[in-house]
Amino acid sequence: MAEPGNDPGPGDALEGQVEQWRSYLRRRGTIRAVDVEELEDHLRGQVAALRTAGLSESEAFLVAVKRMGALDAISNEFAREHSDRLWKQLVIGSSGAAQSVDGTRIETIVVFTLAVAAALAIKVPELFGLEWGAADMPFYLRNFSLFVLPLLTGYFVWKRRLCGRTWAWLALAFAAAVVFANAYPFETGSDTEVLTALHLPIALWLPVGIAYAGRRWGESAGRMDFVRFSGELFIYYALIALGGGVLVAFTMGMFEAIGINAEPVVQEWLVPCGMLGAVIVASWLVEAKQSVIENMAPVLTRLFTPLFALTLLVFLGTMVWTGAGIDIERNALIAFDLLLVLVLGLLLYSISARDPEAPPGGFDLLLVLLLVSALVADAFALAAIGARISELGFTPNRVAALGENLVLLGNLGWSTVLYVRFLRGHGPFASLERWQTAYLPTYSVWAAIVVVGFPPVFGFG
Amino acid sequence: MDINKDLVAATATPLVLAILAEDDSYGYAILKRVSELSGGELQWTDGMLYPVLHRLERQGHIKGRWGTSETGRKRKYYHLTAGGRAQLAVQRQQWQLVDAALRTIWPAVSLPMRSALSPLPSHG
Repeated sequence: MAEPGNDPGPGDALEGQVEQWRSYLRRRGTIRAVDVEELEDHLRGQVAALRTAGLSESEAFLVAVKRMGALDAISNEFAREHSDRLWKQLVIGSSGAAQSVDGTRIETIVVFTLAVAAALAIKVPELFGLEWGAADMPFYLRNFSLFVLPLLTGYFVWKRRLCGRTWAWLALAFAAAVVFANAYPFETGSDTEVLTALHLPIALWLPVGIAYAGRRWGESAGRMDFVRFSGELFIYYALIALGGGVLVAFTMGMFEAIGINAEPVVQEWLVPCGMLGAVIVASWLVEAKQSVIENMAPVLTRLFTPLFALTLLVFLGTMVWTGAGIDIERNALIAFDLLLVLVLGLLLYSISARDPEAPPGGFDLLLVLLLVSALVADAFALAAIGARISELGFTPNRVAALGENLVLLGNLGWSTVLYVRFLRGHGPFASLERWQTAYLPTYSVWAAIVVVGFPPVFGFG
Repeated sequence: MDINKDLVAATATPLVLAILAEDDSYGYAILKRVSELSGGELQWTDGMLYPVLHRLERQGHIKGRWGTSETGRKRKYYHLTAGGRAQLAVQRQQWQLVDAALRTIWPAVSLPMRSALSPLPSHG
């Protein structure tokens, strides 16, 4: 014996083979961990019997595996018997991994505590005499994101075990947000106040992302994960909101049947508390399911990219054909901002789901077509507005919308260049991904400028 | 001897139920018993037994419970339920009927005997 220390004992070799076989079985979605255990007991029984019959250990293993039958056939039989397993089930807390059960339970408790805290936080100002739904509504609108996003950030800080310094910076960001949302003497219902209410969540989404990505915020992949998370969160939130709408309708209807008006309770408690608590719950669901269910955002992207590309092309064609100008009186800028946001979303979620190594394909061409037509449409809109900006004057809304348009245009313009380079084989796809993830903070920075700078510049009007 | 797939599937239920009617058992032992009963002629693909067991369990004919083997490993034992016993009685009646009919007709037809020892000459 050369080196007895490195020579695996006869039992070890078998254990290794069985372990390999087990992990191979586990990869079949239809064969559960308990089934694998049952099959393993069988395999070991067979091996033992064959060993007694005089076969060597490895021979016995091979014969036993062969007698077990073709894995595809067995897996099909299991699938037929347990057809529900083909529908991947998201049952939280029963992932089957025994070692993480405790962790899952603690996380569940943390999440529900945070969700309840978010739901109750919105009621705290009422203790200080600020009434929901009445004259104090502007206060609630300005501060809405501040009731939940710090808690959501706290969840990720806890989950990613972030260090004290990151923690302090995030806390500072939220403290600054509280100051800027409340210290300015806004005129009630003024444009700058509405702009603050709209832009504060966008600005604060950056600290959420930094906490979400944790130590990976510096990496392109870490930020891309945050983009994926945001998209899935949006979809989950929309689904929960639909369910919430049904719940509200039933509550109102049932109490009406017994002659009680439930509307005050629904409006003051159910809706605001539910809206905030759902953010935490939806985030947690996205976190829990990311390995279980296919991401929805890329699927929707695939579905809608061709449709939007077609719509835009037809729009441009019609505009050229009829010679109609863009009517900039009716919030045209905001409409085109939304269009660019949409195209950016389609681009982002196509990128997030694309294999960076894959060669250019038809879908890439379609995306470039979408990008170019969106840029052309936006150029028309900007030209129309630019021509009349002096006439219209610089209102806060118009400047904010114009700024957003330029921020988005900058991104999409350079994205188009990078995409065309990739299609022509002059650049890697990864450069496009890097550009998108590097650009992410820009949106929040612009939103922060609107929140911090606009009210004093425009006299809080 | 190779047995037609459909026939294997059809016989699996009465065989498993009957074996469990003798005593509680587990997958590997059930297969060994099947082999014993047929003098080694009836060989199932091992893995295919388990979906059958799970189906019978879902139908309530048998009930599984986790125990430990003599070597201390986890092992799933199956037990015939009252419903399973009733089902077995029905199945026995059906099989006896089919068997009786076949037994009556066999002497009336003359067929070449095929066995594992003397395979048919291959063509081509």
